[in-house]
Amino acid sequence: MTIEFPIYQMMNENGQLVREGDKERLTDELVREFYYHMVRIRTFDRKAISLQRQGRLGTYAPFEGQEAAQAGSALALGNEDWVFPTYRDHGATLTFGANMARTFLYWNGRVEGCVPEEGKRIFPPAVPIATQLPHAAGAAWAEKRKGTKNAAIAYFGDGATSEGDFHEGMNMASVFKVPAVFFNQNNGFAISVPIEKQMNSETVAQKSVAYGIPGVRVDGNDIFAVYFQTKEALGRARKGEGPTLIEAVTWRYGAHTTADDPTKYRNQSKSDEIRQTRDPLMRLERYMKNEGIWDEGWTTQIQNQITEEVEQAIREVESYPKPKVDDLFDYVFETPTWTIAKQKEEYFQLLGGEA
Amino acid sequence: MALKEEQLSASIKTKNMTLIQAITDGLGTMLEEDERVLLLGEDIGKNGGVFRATEGLQERFGQDRVMDTPLSESGIIGTSVGLAVNGFKPIAEMQFFGFIYPAYEQIMTHVSRLRMRTMGRYTVPMVIRAPYGAGIRAPEIHSDSVEALFTHMPGIKVVCPSSAHDAKGLLIASIEDPDPVLFLEPLKLYRSVRDEVPEGKYMVEIGKGKKVKEGEDVTLIAWGAMVQVAMKAAEQAEKEGITCDVIDLRTLYPIDRDIISESVQRTGRAVIVHEAHETGGVGNDIVSIINDYSFLYMKSPIERIAGFDVPVPFFALEEHYLPTSARVYHAIKKTVNF
Repeated sequence: MTIEFPIYQMMNENGQLVREGDKERLTDELVREFYYHMVRIRTFDRKAISLQRQGRLGTYAPFEGQEAAQAGSALALGNEDWVFPTYRDHGATLTFGANMARTFLYWNGRVEGCVPEEGKRIFPPAVPIATQLPHAAGAAWAEKRKGTKNAAIAYFGDGATSEGDFHEGMNMASVFKVPAVFFNQNNGFAISVPIEKQMNSETVAQKSVAYGIPGVRVDGNDIFAVYFQTKEALGRARKGEGPTLIEAVTWRYGAHTTADDPTKYRNQSKSDEIRQTRDPLMRLERYMKNEGIWDEGWTTQIQNQITEEVEQAIREVESYPKPKVDDLFDYVFETPTWTIAKQKEEYFQLLGGEA
Repeated sequence: MALKEEQLSASIKTKNMTLIQAITDGLGTMLEEDERVLLLGEDIGKNGGVFRATEGLQERFGQDRVMDTPLSESGIIGTSVGLAVNGFKPIAEMQFFGFIYPAYEQIMTHVSRLRMRTMGRYTVPMVIRAPYGAGIRAPEIHSDSVEALFTHMPGIKVVCPSSAHDAKGLLIASIEDPDPVLFLEPLKLYRSVRDEVPEGKYMVEIGKGKKVKEGEDVTLIAWGAMVQVAMKAAEQAEKEGITCDVIDLRTLYPIDRDIISESVQRTGRAVIVHEAHETGGVGNDIVSIINDYSFLYMKSPIERIAGFDVPVPFFALEEHYLPTSARVYHAIKKTVNF
């Protein structure tokens, strides 16, 4: 099946385009945008890990290495589209327009981190595996019924393909031909379980055959390939041609979460090798140098700007008002049931505060 | 509220219907009334549902409003979340309550907590309809009554009518509710009860029980098919001069504490009847409510007559599993003679 589902690449590891003619699709502006967003989310990711180590953030799920998959797919989306992320897709949500301070807040155990920016249709991160796929199918179905051109994208990892909801979501979406894109980031491991023990099929993309929908396997570290394939899938969705399954083959350098030790189950030196050859940022940097659009001044400037943005977000988070105890009780139902109201009242009396 | 319902019934034309006809009527009323209402489930379209609860609705409202889905409980609930968040009011049918287990994760991890997780930005105004309960000689799993799995789940209301009038009124209230509601339909009563059902739209308030019989000596508390079992036991007790207050709880979360308190504070005795397993059952919450509000009024320990702590059996034994009026009668006597 790797023959039927070859890895689609636009740019090789040396930063050269593999096909003539793709050059026109890549304006300097677009290339810079790709680079900017990947640097931005990598900076965020590294900062989050360092804050966790300092005890200033809770357990965190890193994604370094997956920037092309996340930023590339998110940049392909339209403003009115829906995003259904997992707990590891804050690179995608930040690129799509999620607030950075709120994203940090989420990892600091604050429910405020789930609330999307006004006008941004971003679901809170799905913590159970694969359960967001049916949500994307439903939201896309609603768009179809409303007669809009909007679509929904669901992010998920390779482990998710073993869950029932992977099937249920893809099947519902394909039966009702809804405008959804199922975006898989295959990094070869579901915590410690390697892909060979996850599934007997050679690719994730081939699973699309079972649903009668297009399946695409892309080099997930090639932001051009990710961006244009996602754009194409979204285009089909908007034209009423139904869902697409995209498998972005990538590699995450770090752990599942900051509480995990990957050296116990995988060869980390392979990870370092991948960083030297396939890293999405280095590859784009090579391309930019090859094309003569690399500009030290510009990269220093954006790096400074991003560092300041991240620092500002951290200041915001660290000076964020303490959570209100009311928030524990007030959002479960539109109007609290008598049981919740009673529990709240009695607890506030105990606290000696105002109920 | 009870008074309001009576006024409605008096001023509006009614029709004699079975409980399931009332549900069909309620669904039709809301499909007519609100464009956002959608029905989805297995076999609900052409077939009208395995119990015919949606009979004729696809013909009337089209395949875009009444949708046959793949056999996919988690998929049905999961897509309903997406539909609900994106402007629709999905009513998802589980073919049997005992088939809800594949969807349990969706309900527990998303349906019931999305409002809380997003501080009200996203809400899930959906209804999950599920026929439940034993006594119709159905195959295994089909007869489960696991309402306690859901009353224990924060963020979802659980409703269970026992008359045609309440079925339609509560269903419409559930559809209009801004939060998710699990709507349990007692299989045994689908066609065995009939009463007067108002035409058009009316609501029975969620969270309010109903006194179905007045008495002075013992309070019987039941819901669903067990209301009739309690009534039968009450009638039997009456022959011996023991009169019972019979309460149909109608909503299992949140429970109507006022109707319970009013009654048990007068009678001083309570027997709770439910067909679900005893341990961890909703009956225990009722015991707690009585303990919290009426402890000093009680003249005897509260009795629970429930299904046993065994899987709902193959139907050859279901009459032994289900609480009988004889068991309830025995409990009544026990509380009176304590």
